[in-house]
Amino acid sequence: MTDLDAGTSMEHVVDPHMADHPSPRKYVNVAIILAILTAIEVAASYITGLSETTLIVTLMLLALVKFAMVGLYFMHLKFDSRTFRRFFVTGIILALLVFGAVLWLFFALGGPAPGLGA
Amino acid sequence: MSTHEATVEHHTSTGLDNTKLAMWAFLGSECLFFGSLISTYLLYRNRVVTGPTPHEIYDIPFTSVSSFVLLMSSLTMVLALAAIQRGDHRGLRIWLLATAFLGLSFIGGQVYEFSTFVEEGLKLSTSTFGSSFFVLTGFHGAHVTVGILMLLALVGFSWAGRLEPASEGARKVELIGLYWHFVDIVWIVIFTVIYLVPTKG
Repeated sequence: MTDLDAGTSMEHVVDPHMADHPSPRKYVNVAIILAILTAIEVAASYITGLSETTLIVTLMLLALVKFAMVGLYFMHLKFDSRTFRRFFVTGIILALLVFGAVLWLFFALGGPAPGLGA
Repeated sequence: MSTHEATVEHHTSTGLDNTKLAMWAFLGSECLFFGSLISTYLLYRNRVVTGPTPHEIYDIPFTSVSSFVLLMSSLTMVLALAAIQRGDHRGLRIWLLATAFLGLSFIGGQVYEFSTFVEEGLKLSTSTFGSSFFVLTGFHGAHVTVGILMLLALVGFSWAGRLEPASEGARKVELIGLYWHFVDIVWIVIFTVIYLVPTKG
């Protein structure tokens, strides 16, 4: 058995609560996908034919997939209790609300929001 | 502490490990912290009255390599966790040191980037773009630095036999790992939103 194959069954895991975590081989596969997605992101930013909207949507989608993959697999949100996921998602939602509030304040105080097309 | 005592300590009313719950609550609050800094940057980045603009100053190939390094440090971190889950302390130390090395490489890249920007005329007080950029990426770098110190502390604890029993050690490594992956996740957002999304000018 190689090092990468180790830890795939209960008998090799010292903590039963962590027995359903992915195997090292799965972690490597996730990392390879993350590296490929990063390469696609960088390549996309150099394509001159894309419209700005298409480029921004593409980049944001790729970042979202990378974000989710790290959270679900490396941080084990896919395998752990839903309570942990709720704590994290609540933080993300609040962060988006903060962004919305700041944006609204800039508009409410007069003048377009700088940096967002003004 | 005996194995029995260590196990009893984790019986909680929720059935969840309280320290892990606290870490997730902390990471949730960190989302707000970085969310505010990223929002501020997005609002100010095109308000450049003096000094270089983001378009003129960013070195995308260099930052792409830094991003790749930090992404791979998340892989070495989970491999460290997998090692201690098997009771393999030597493997744990190797992967933790690899993670710390990759983190240090990232920080080295950030120091180089900051000094280059200063040489090119972008300082903290040059423009609102400069202020928001340095504060955001500087705080992220500070988080990475704290993470490196915690990784090195874990290596020391492992050498001193303070990560025994391995099930308790695995919990500690998992907690630090969560923090490290969070720092990586924040950089995924920063890299895309700050460096790759096109700016005006």
